[in-house]
Amino acid sequence: MSSKRTVQFKIYRYDPDKDDKPYMQDISVDLEESDKKLLDALVRLKAKDDTLSFRRSCREGVCGSDAMNINGKNGLACLTAIDELPQPVTIRPLPGLPVIRDVIVDMTQFFKQYHSIKPYLINNDPAPERERLQTPEDREELNGLYECILCACCSTSCPSFWWNPDKFVGPAGLLAAYRFLADTRDQATSERLDNLEDPYRLFRCHSIMNCVDVCPKGLNPTKAIGKIKDMMLRRAV
Amino acid sequence: MKVAKRTFDAVIVGAGGAGLRAALQLSEAGMKTAVLTKVFPTRSHTVAAQGGVAASLGNSTEDNWHWHMYDTVKGSDWLGDQDAIEFMVKKANEVVVELEHYGMPFDRTDNGKIYQRPFGGHSQNYGQTPVSRSCAAADRTGHAMLHALYQRNVRANTQFFVEWMAMDLIRNADGDVLGVTAMEMETGEVSIFHAKATIFATGGAGRIYYSSTNAFINTGDGVGMAARAGIPLEDMEFWQFHPTGVAGAGVLITEGVRGEGGILRNASGERFMERYAPNLKDLASRDVVSRSMVTEINEGRGCGSDKDHVLLDITHLSPETINKRLPGIREISIQFAGVDPIKAPIPVVPTCHYQMGGIPTNYKGQVVVPKDGNPNVPIAGFYAAGECACASVHGANRLGTNSLLDLLVFGKAAGETVVNDFKSGQLSLKPLPENAADVSLARIARLESQTGGEDVHEVRLAMQRTMQKHAGVFRFADSLKEGVTAILEVAERAKTTQIKDKSKVWNTARTEALELDNLIEVAKATMISAEARKESRGAHVRDDAIDCAETPNGRDDKNWLKHTLWYSEGNRLDYKPVNLQPLSPEVEPIALAKRTY
Repeated sequence: MSSKRTVQFKIYRYDPDKDDKPYMQDISVDLEESDKKLLDALVRLKAKDDTLSFRRSCREGVCGSDAMNINGKNGLACLTAIDELPQPVTIRPLPGLPVIRDVIVDMTQFFKQYHSIKPYLINNDPAPERERLQTPEDREELNGLYECILCACCSTSCPSFWWNPDKFVGPAGLLAAYRFLADTRDQATSERLDNLEDPYRLFRCHSIMNCVDVCPKGLNPTKAIGKIKDMMLRRAV
Repeated sequence: MKVAKRTFDAVIVGAGGAGLRAALQLSEAGMKTAVLTKVFPTRSHTVAAQGGVAASLGNSTEDNWHWHMYDTVKGSDWLGDQDAIEFMVKKANEVVVELEHYGMPFDRTDNGKIYQRPFGGHSQNYGQTPVSRSCAAADRTGHAMLHALYQRNVRANTQFFVEWMAMDLIRNADGDVLGVTAMEMETGEVSIFHAKATIFATGGAGRIYYSSTNAFINTGDGVGMAARAGIPLEDMEFWQFHPTGVAGAGVLITEGVRGEGGILRNASGERFMERYAPNLKDLASRDVVSRSMVTEINEGRGCGSDKDHVLLDITHLSPETINKRLPGIREISIQFAGVDPIKAPIPVVPTCHYQMGGIPTNYKGQVVVPKDGNPNVPIAGFYAAGECACASVHGANRLGTNSLLDLLVFGKAAGETVVNDFKSGQLSLKPLPENAADVSLARIARLESQTGGEDVHEVRLAMQRTMQKHAGVFRFADSLKEGVTAILEVAERAKTTQIKDKSKVWNTARTEALELDNLIEVAKATMISAEARKESRGAHVRDDAIDCAETPNGRDDKNWLKHTLWYSEGNRLDYKPVNLQPLSPEVEPIALAKRTY
């Protein structure tokens, strides 16, 4: 039997109802044998102190709720192995978005940018009786794009998004934009490119690639952004 | 406390697959609609569905809705209502093709059609050979579907109230439903949502069990609200234990793995399903496979040092197939089992997965209750769809891929019914009773002032352990009796839970306490309904039900071919007949028979 594991945490705490300003709380928790992920440890911690507030749902990396800054890097608590984290484990909210409470951030700006790229298929032909056909090769173009879970790890690790969250679409929104540009069923290519033709919306991406580094689903927004830039260039010449 | 009032044509509670599909119907019809959701829509649990959605498109193998209907009725162990089942399987192609038109990235066949794979219990020619009926987007079908539905709602300008938790159903003296109270999580403030129509699409309550594939948010909120408001819950004794949850972690491994050729093996490497289901083998329906696995483990043929699981083997599939068709499963297996399934089999155990019962509805999505001798009288203004509802299409056991189909078909049907009722002037804004928010405010006030009570997580854990121990894959008469006493004791403890967090802002301790109230209703309904049903049927299998000619597999059609109705008040039980009559003359009733695979 393994001995009891204890994890030391430094956690960002802020309750606007009672705190004048945020502070870092030092706290530790004993883990059970079955606790494997950071989320397990946080749930255990919450049982000890129910005032600790964080979002969580699926606990398997597909809903995108529990994104946070873990030892300086954005990630999902439910996919982060607790035993591999150097201690004290420092937990902060996602950077660059307003903090509501503890590690819960206001994601309005993030979703506003996602919505701004018209994240839905546009096809004005009358709907056929059956499915629209798409070759397996054309469908494969969507791999690495459609799997985004909107956790915001990428956009909130991007300096361009930090400086201009209202003007720069950010990696998550641009990945979604390319998801529709790459879909052979979509007819709004030029409208979508017009929508991004602006000094900020697309072109604030300077290929720093933090987004690629942090994406918990292993997606590559920088590559998608590069492809949108190529499409822009091709239509200009 | 001041309570704001907001007025809408309709309020939808829940923004998973069923809620979003219903919302689309209402938004596109121009109804003023509020969609309340306690998580951002794409975080709803539909996102975790993996293997596919059923439709008899026949893209890879010959198929038709008659076969799908037969499989579903048989899968339900004849407890499903055949009118609702016929309605669902006939609508399947339409709702799946619609999703494709909305942009859902289905995988494709070589000729460009939607890719379909085999799934448990789905067959050609009335049970003969497996059929490819499950329309899939790799093993991320739920994710692809939920995002496509959300995206379509963005296009339709649907109005969402994100991170608002519905608390209580509002009814007037006649029993009509007038809306809900809800709490904005960011501010802790309670509002009344007053509406002509209320649609519940709040999902299941898999978190009543200790070991569950379900998300933290699956706390049966709509089911609990309905029960507290005097509406009976139907067939709550029937819970699906999915054969393949990751041992120890509970995370789901799709049945699609077996659809792609995966094999279950015991400690000696034997493909044991050949003994239990000679015909469909690993693709028998879920209740059958789960029981076979538990039998293997109980008889000492389990794997690992504790012999407490079996193995799901896909090492004989090519890495290309695994990476193309099952990439998410590979990810989950590496993350949660520490195993790369290309190289080694995945340790799995049956894990609580799906609630077959729920709020009683008809196939139009109207909530129905017994009244004046009629077992199915619609409640004015109240509709439900998806896992929280019981139409009933799954009866005593749901087939894989029929849940995503259920939420599409009945989400749309509930939406259409509301739109039709709205346009024909049958819906009206009825006056709110005085103090419509009092119940909700009292619940919050209790949590504010409660002292000397137990922590929410302690009581929740006691409930989960009780359910796991007394109402699992196999059920025992004595244990069920003890379970009833135990769960009623836990329910008493839940009345005095205490929270330390008193903040108004994003108080998750308070949210969890409110969720526990809903879970407890579901847990009581499950245990009491299960104790009372003295037969084996589908997922409900008891030790004292005997397999003989009169009661095949322990199923007692003479006495128990009926739906359970549990009322929260006094834990009263009632029953209503199963509808064995299909909707149209195009199909004969599927006659009762012994269920074998």
